[in-house]
Amino acid sequence: MEPVKKEHELLVSVSPHIKSEESTSRIMWTVSISLLPATLMGVYFFGMKALFVLALSIISALASEYIFQKALNRKIMVGDGSAFLTGLLLGMNLPASVPFYIPIIGSFVAVVITKQLFGGLGFNVFNPALIGRAFLLISFPKLMTIWTVPVSALTQLDAKTTATPLGILKEEGVAKLMEVFGNKMSLYQHLLSGNRAGSLGETSAIALLIGGLFLLYKRYITWHIPLSFLATSAVIAWIFGAKGEFFAGDPIVHLISGGMLLGAFFMATDYVTCPSVKNGQILFGVGCGFLTMLIRLKGGFPEGVMFAILIMNCFAPIIDRSFKSKVFGAVKQDKAKETRK
Amino acid sequence: MSNEFTKLFELIISASLINNFVFTRFLGLCIFFGVSKKMETAVGMSITFTSVMMISAALSWVIFTKLLVPLEITFLEIIVFIGIIAGLVQVSDTIMRKVSPDLYYKLGIYLALISTNCIILAVPLVNAGEKYTFIQSLAFGFGSGLGFALALIIMASIREKLELSDVPAPFRGLPMAFMITGLIALAFTGFSGLITL
Repeated sequence: MEPVKKEHELLVSVSPHIKSEESTSRIMWTVSISLLPATLMGVYFFGMKALFVLALSIISALASEYIFQKALNRKIMVGDGSAFLTGLLLGMNLPASVPFYIPIIGSFVAVVITKQLFGGLGFNVFNPALIGRAFLLISFPKLMTIWTVPVSALTQLDAKTTATPLGILKEEGVAKLMEVFGNKMSLYQHLLSGNRAGSLGETSAIALLIGGLFLLYKRYITWHIPLSFLATSAVIAWIFGAKGEFFAGDPIVHLISGGMLLGAFFMATDYVTCPSVKNGQILFGVGCGFLTMLIRLKGGFPEGVMFAILIMNCFAPIIDRSFKSKVFGAVKQDKAKETRK
Repeated sequence: MSNEFTKLFELIISASLINNFVFTRFLGLCIFFGVSKKMETAVGMSITFTSVMMISAALSWVIFTKLLVPLEITFLEIIVFIGIIAGLVQVSDTIMRKVSPDLYYKLGIYLALISTNCIILAVPLVNAGEKYTFIQSLAFGFGSGLGFALALIIMASIREKLELSDVPAPFRGLPMAFMITGLIALAFTGFSGLITL
């Protein structure tokens, strides 16, 4: 019998009927590409060690996913890019000086405990990369807070350690920060280009902004979370940022230092762990901004972005529930009972 | 006066968020895991729990400072507090059965188990140990109840969401609940150092 020609085949399928090129893996790989500028800047400033940490965390994330799915006889989904993205984000959130086992443990916690145990991609309640980092920060507080001075030479292996700008701001105040960086313009310049101590992928504000704007342009993320997150942080930093007087803080320093931009554009906007209702997303962003500044200004840690996003992740299901749309014409259950009587 | 208010505010925030009994001291877990499967029971339990907590904090403060301290029998505090709590739980049990029989049957054994809950005993003990005033004891009780309610509601919303997911068979149910609690506790460590009392 002659095989049926493709063009005469009648396709019968369930909705949705509109076909699009978009898919999970396409989104994941695009987000990974948008992180490329920041990653390159990180490697440029922190040398081969940064590349080593990144490669290790990506490979171990992929391996954890593969081994887990193989062991449980599940469909192998390593190619969809979500484990790659998790590994990349985790690596970007680590200091370049960590020993080799740190990225491996972090990737395991991120991929297996935070994502796969909850039922795989789409069901995780928390952002995997952030849980990985929080776990490492609590378990290895010393190793996770050794920040090296950026080196321009790619081959230089020994690096001096120093404090992050936010660490200086917390411990010794604005005056010391100005002393270290010279003047305000020089401070901004360092923060924008990424020539400062910090996690290897979070330092370059300009590269992160380029990536974030690219995602906004491609409509992979919407403005709701990043804008409300950054705006809330800026307002709080402006009002309460300076010690002793109101409305004297410097919002720009707070916005472009620490993990603020990385968090606001790439981590808080994770589809799975943020609310899916638009109004809820704004509330989510405001909450993230508020908690970040609360921890930065009053809390025990110099940087609060990670914890703020994780805490808001806990609240995302409740936010979704309370913002769900009203069904038109539906009668409340108590009322329905009453009318039946 | 404003200092007093600040202190009260700090007590409530500290007891509910920063030193949340469930997430930082891992107390009161039996009720926490028992009723957090459904949002309805979680909300019902939160309200009952917070009211029992506040009344028991108030009553035990009165008995502790007016009876145990003058008579110098403070070593009996645990037994006396347990007695007060058990009585209160019996009262709330009777009230619930009359007022909301539906919820009464849904909460089931966990309603009676409030009397053996660690948080509800911990609050009067902490109040006595820290020598809080009457109003401060009430604030601490209220904050702890609020923190427990918050934990229950977060947990119920996450567990209801997880109903549909493909959790590996050995981890379904209680093991996963423990994992979630651990991860939430990890997130809540961000609050540490916010207020030092």
